[in-house]
Amino acid sequence: MNIIRTKDLSLFYGSFQALRDINLNIPEREITALIGPSGCGKSTFLRTLNRMNDLIPGVKITGQITCHGEDIYAHGTDPIALRKQVGMVFQKPNPFPMSIFDNIAYGPKLHESLSKPDMADLVERSLRGAALWDEVKDRLKKSALSLSGGQQQRLCIARALSVSPDVLLMDEPTSALDPASTMKIEELMGRLKQNYTVVIVTHNMQQAARISDRTAFFLTGDLVETGRTDEVFSMPRDKRTEDYITGRFG
Amino acid sequence: MKRRLSIKRRVYSGALTGFMYLAVGIAVAALIGIIGFVLYRGLGHITWEFLTTARSALRNTVGILPNILYTLYIIFTTLLIALPLGIGAAIYLNEYAAKRRLVRFIEFVIELLAGIPSIIFGLIGVLFFIQAMGMRRPSLLVGALTLSILVLPTIVRTTQEALKTVPAAYREGAFALGATKWYMIRTIILPASADGIVGGTILAVGRMVGESAALLFTAGMGYALVTNYFEALQTAGGTLTVMLFVYITEHGDFDTAFAIASVLLIIVLLLNIGVKLVKRRLKKI
Amino acid sequence: MKTKTIIEQTMKTTFFLCGMLTIVITFGIAVYMVISGIPAIREIGLSDFLFGQVWNPTGAEPQFGILPFILTSVYATLGAIAIGVPIGLATAIFLAKVAPPKVAAAVNTAVELLAGIPSVVYGFVGMIVLVPLVMNVFNLRNGATLFSAILVLSIMILPGIINVSRTALAAVPREYEEASYALGATKVETICKVSVPAAKSGIAAGIVLGIGRAVGETMAVILVAGNVANMPELFGSVRSLTMAIAGEMSYATGFHRNVLFSIGLVLFVFILLINLTLNLILKRGGAKR
Repeated sequence: MNIIRTKDLSLFYGSFQALRDINLNIPEREITALIGPSGCGKSTFLRTLNRMNDLIPGVKITGQITCHGEDIYAHGTDPIALRKQVGMVFQKPNPFPMSIFDNIAYGPKLHESLSKPDMADLVERSLRGAALWDEVKDRLKKSALSLSGGQQQRLCIARALSVSPDVLLMDEPTSALDPASTMKIEELMGRLKQNYTVVIVTHNMQQAARISDRTAFFLTGDLVETGRTDEVFSMPRDKRTEDYITGRFG
Repeated sequence: MKRRLSIKRRVYSGALTGFMYLAVGIAVAALIGIIGFVLYRGLGHITWEFLTTARSALRNTVGILPNILYTLYIIFTTLLIALPLGIGAAIYLNEYAAKRRLVRFIEFVIELLAGIPSIIFGLIGVLFFIQAMGMRRPSLLVGALTLSILVLPTIVRTTQEALKTVPAAYREGAFALGATKWYMIRTIILPASADGIVGGTILAVGRMVGESAALLFTAGMGYALVTNYFEALQTAGGTLTVMLFVYITEHGDFDTAFAIASVLLIIVLLLNIGVKLVKRRLKKI
Repeated sequence: MKTKTIIEQTMKTTFFLCGMLTIVITFGIAVYMVISGIPAIREIGLSDFLFGQVWNPTGAEPQFGILPFILTSVYATLGAIAIGVPIGLATAIFLAKVAPPKVAAAVNTAVELLAGIPSVVYGFVGMIVLVPLVMNVFNLRNGATLFSAILVLSIMILPGIINVSRTALAAVPREYEEASYALGATKVETICKVSVPAAKSGIAAGIVLGIGRAVGETMAVILVAGNVANMPELFGSVRSLTMAIAGEMSYATGFHRNVLFSIGLVLFVFILLINLTLNLILKRGGAKR
C-alpha cells in the first residue's frame, strides 16, 4: 500500500529547475532512502512532501503529490494539517531553547488542549518512542540544549512523534552525529517503521543499505532509479547508479 | 487534511497579525505625519533672505544665517577635537593594547558613557568648563568641548567596529612582509576601515545637529552675526536646534520655528542618505 | 632605520595617550558628577531630598524635595514603555519575519529617519498637534500633561526598540522556526512561541535602551508636559528630573544651582543602573549562545 505518490512532480526555484518529473511511490511502514550527490534534489524533494518549500519565496511546483490519496497541493489543502500528519527531523539537531518537556509539549499544545496528566503521559510516550525516556526522565525540566548531540536528535524525533504523524521525513538525521549516536538512531529507525512510514535522505551509502527497504537514487533533479534496496545495491539497472554506489563520483 | 484550523487558533493568529499591521501603521504614520506636518508648515517660510541674513529687531526680520554658521563652527570644532582623540583611542584599544581585561573594562565604561542623556553633558559642560576651568560664560568653544565629550563614545565605538572588520589575515600579511606596526595601520588598516569611520563620523554629526539639551547652557543662544571663526568661538551662539527651541519658548514665533525645523529635517535626511551611500560602498568591498 | 623606530614609538605613544585621555575624560565625568552633586544633598539630607514632596527653591524658606520629579520620570517612562514596546516589537517582527525585502527596506529607512529627528522637533510637533488634541478629547483646561509626554516619548523610543529587537529576531536560527513549522504551527504561532522567546535577551536589551532614552529625554518633554512641580497625575502638568535641570539652569544661582547638580547626580545614577542592567542582559544573552 503506497501512502505517498508523486506524479510528474517538478519544482522551480525562480527559473532554476531543481526537480524534473519525479514519479515515486512511497510504501507504508517501510523505510525509503533517498540517495544521491549534493545538489541532486533529494532534500528538496523531501521538503515538498510536507510543503516546507512553501516557506521559500519564489518556489513553483507542478505535477501532483498525493498523501492517502489526497492531493496535498490542491487548492484548499491546509499545509498545517499536512505537517501534523507528515513529521520532519532535520539535519542538525534543532531542539528549541526550552526545557526537554516543553520541547515535546510544543506540538501537541498547538493542536489540542490536554490536561496536565495527559500531557505528561504524551511526553513520556513520545520520549519512549524515540528511546530517550530512560536517559532524561529525571531531568525533564532541564534545558534541551544541555543534552548531547545524539540525545538532541532523538529528542527531535520524539518531538516529531508527539503530534502522532504517520509519515516521518528525515533529512540526513545523523550527518552531524558521532558513530555511536548514529548507531542508536539507526536502531531506533528500525523500530519506528513498525508504526511509521519513514523517508530518509542520506549521504551515507552504507546507512541506506543497512536500514532502508527501498532506495531512490537522485541525480541533478532527476529520479534515476528506484527499487528494493537490496536490488538497487546489488544489481543497479542504470549505469549512473552503479557508478555512484561504487563511489566513482559523489 | 482539508480540516481547517480551529477557530481559537484562527482568532489568535488573526488578532496578532492585525495588531502587527496596526503597529506598523502607527510607526509609519507617525513618521510621515511628523515630517509631512513640519514641512507643510515650514517650507513656505524658507526664503533666500531667511537663510542669508541675521535676525534684526530693528527691521523686524528673521534670518538664521548666524545659526547656520554657528552650527557649522561647532561641528567643525567638535570634530577637530573628538575625531583624532576618538580614532586614536580606538586604534589603541584595537591594535596596541595588550591586556584584554583592561580593554574590555574600558570598552565597558565607554558603553556606559554612550547611554548618558545629553542634559547630563550639558550639566558637565557648565560644571567643568564654565565653573571649574574658569571660562565663565557660554561660548561656542565651551559648546564644542561639551559636544566632544558627548560624541566621543560614538566615535570610539564605530571606529572600533570598523577596525574589527579588517581581517586578521591583512595584518599578518603586512607583518610577514616586514611592515612595522604604524606602517601597517597607515597603509592597510585605516584605508580598509575608512568607510566605517566616515559612516560613524556622519552619525556623530547627526547627533550634533540634533543636539539641544547639552548646548543650551554651554554654547548659549546668541544670534548676532560673527563671521570670524576665532571670534565666534568666544561668543555665545545658538545652533539651529537650540534656536528652534528658543523661537518656540522665548519668542513664540512658530512660523520661524517650523522653518528651522524643516531645515533640520532636510539636513537629517541628507545625513541619512550619506550614511546609506557609505554603507553601500562598504558592502561592495 | 632609526627615524623609523622613532616614528613607531611616537605613534604608539600618541595612540596610548588618546586611549588614556578618553578614559580620564570618562572617569572624570563620573567623579565630577559625584563631587558636585553631593554637597547640596548633604545639606538637605538624603531622605528629605529624595522623598520630599515640595519643591520651592525660591521661597523664603526654600524646600528641595524632588520626589515629584522622580515619580514623573518613572511614570512617564513606564507609560512610554507600555505603549512603545508592543508597537515597536510588532514592527520589529514585521520587519524581520513578515515583510517582503523591499517593504522591509522602505520601513527601515523610515525608522532610521525617525531616529535622526531632533528631539525638539518631536516636542514641537507634540506641542502644536498633540497638546490641543489631548485638551479637547479629555476636556482639560491644559493639554500639557504627563499623558502628552507619555505619547511623545513612546514615539521617540520606537526606533531604538525596533532596531535592536529586529536584529535579535533576525539572528534567531532558521532551524528553530523550521522545526516549529514542521510540527504544524502557523506563522504567528511560530513567531510568538519560538522566535520571540529565542530572541528575548535582545528584545530586553531594546526595551532597556528605550527606558534609558525615555528617562533621559529633556527638550521634547519640556514642551508638552507643562513643567509644573506637582506630584504626578496622568492628566496634570508635571516636571521630570531632566526638565527640572534644564528648566531652572538658566536662572538658578548659589545653593539652588548646586541642588540642580544633585538632581543631575540622581539622574546619572538612574542611567548608570539602567545601562548596567543592559550590559548584564547582553552578556547573559551572549553567554547562552
